[in-house]
Amino acid sequence: MADKTELLYTAEHEWVLVDGDTALVGITAYAADKLGDVVFVELPAVGSSVAAGTVVGEIESTKSVGELFAPVNGTVLETNDSVVASPELVNSDPFGAGWLLKVTFTELPTLLSYSEYSALVGE
Amino acid sequence: MTPDTAAHPSSDSLPNAVTSNAAPSNAAPATDERFSPLHQAHVDAGASFTDFAGWQMPVRYSSDLAEHHAVRTSAGIFDLSHMAEITVSGPDAGAFLDYALAGKLSTIDLLQAKYSLILNPAGGIIDDIVVYRTNEKDYLVVANAGNRVQAVQALSARAVRFDVEVTDQSDDVALIAVQGPASRAILEATAGLTVDGELSELKYYRALGGTFRGGDVLIARTGYTGEDGFELYIDVPAAAALWDALCAAGEPFDLVPAGLASRDTLRLEAGMPLYGHELSLSTYPAQAGLGRVVNLAKETDFIGRSASEEGPSADARVLVGLAAAGKRAGRADYLVFRSSDAPVAEGVITSGALSPTLGHPIAMAYVAPSLARQGTEVFVDVRGTRIPATVTQLPFYKRQK
Repeated sequence: MADKTELLYTAEHEWVLVDGDTALVGITAYAADKLGDVVFVELPAVGSSVAAGTVVGEIESTKSVGELFAPVNGTVLETNDSVVASPELVNSDPFGAGWLLKVTFTELPTLLSYSEYSALVGE
Repeated sequence: MTPDTAAHPSSDSLPNAVTSNAAPSNAAPATDERFSPLHQAHVDAGASFTDFAGWQMPVRYSSDLAEHHAVRTSAGIFDLSHMAEITVSGPDAGAFLDYALAGKLSTIDLLQAKYSLILNPAGGIIDDIVVYRTNEKDYLVVANAGNRVQAVQALSARAVRFDVEVTDQSDDVALIAVQGPASRAILEATAGLTVDGELSELKYYRALGGTFRGGDVLIARTGYTGEDGFELYIDVPAAAALWDALCAAGEPFDLVPAGLASRDTLRLEAGMPLYGHELSLSTYPAQAGLGRVVNLAKETDFIGRSASEEGPSADARVLVGLAAAGKRAGRADYLVFRSSDAPVAEGVITSGALSPTLGHPIAMAYVAPSLARQGTEVFVDVRGTRIPATVTQLPFYKRQK
């Protein structure tokens, strides 16, 4: 599980772990908690191009549907097959085994720090 | 990640959006926020809250799926104190209810419960209610929280030419439901709860009087989950102690506190309508499959009678169940089509979810009569993709007795 204070965040309640030119992406515990039990996750195809701010996937709970946005412009390098098979990982380990996709990028947009994101969700 | 607002037209931000399926469309603004007499118990149990008709009620405690499964396999305890309790008392109580409601209430037995409807003169549904006969000349009408004012106003206005008193007791009465196969054993093990009779002999939609630590309690074998279960009406000051006593007695039976999220999926599996979703002012009971609730054999007139006799037009949409394969659920307001490329929708989903018990998507929808036959294949537009679904008999889930 990643150190939450080291991660970057979006206002759409996603976290981003930057490693060189790749970004590992998931949704925050706050978002997972608000969704309730996640029962279905749809992720983009590996190799597809994604544009920052566009919808690339869906996260469904029994009660609601959340859209997954690409946090960067780039190419999908890998998606988490485990979370597709076991969507409850989004609830049980949102910052770890519940990661969603890995994207390569050339330029990192401005993202929120841990303290900025914490202020956003009032925690 | 942000919620799909198209799926939740009543929502505007993430915390509310995720629970909009549980909230009626006529929910009061959050500025009138109200709290259950059991609120502290929910906070202590770690509940997440949602606005329901102006009340801050538990939406889940930890996992809505676990709460759902607990009710199907052991038991869950629900706080329903937001619901409206209206008493009708006086020499004309029975005759008044026969006039004010769609059903015949004057002839129900003492301590019998009956599901009924408050219709408007046009035959539309003001609210769906449960009526208990608590004494020869006393009835208790239990209305939806979101329709409290409308129900009280309708009943009061209709009472003028009857010798009857209509009183809104909602602020003084708390309601706790214990639902699930272990619910009877839990009530029997609850310290301080005495029942005027045997719970083992209490039939469905019948009630018994009782006491909890000296105060009155009404115990009904009713519910909204499709499981065996009980609903307990008690004065507000004693409610928290009863909740605690039920929870303590339930511990060996794996009783869990359950929120509105699981209540919604449980009632959907059981094919039970929710006002604001399946029922509305512009819905005739016959469209909703509730024609039997409107007693046209009643000798006396009642509000909505002539419109009900006429009935909806032949092409009026009817409520059906839909079942689909896969995991992507059609949700409230998603459109239903005759084919994968039909340009015009011929139906709309009113409630839908991935069924926790069955493991596949289920929904209730109003569709054109030509699509209503069981086995008909239709298509649901799930955010731009048409997913096949099959018209299925309601309920989706029926417990084994």
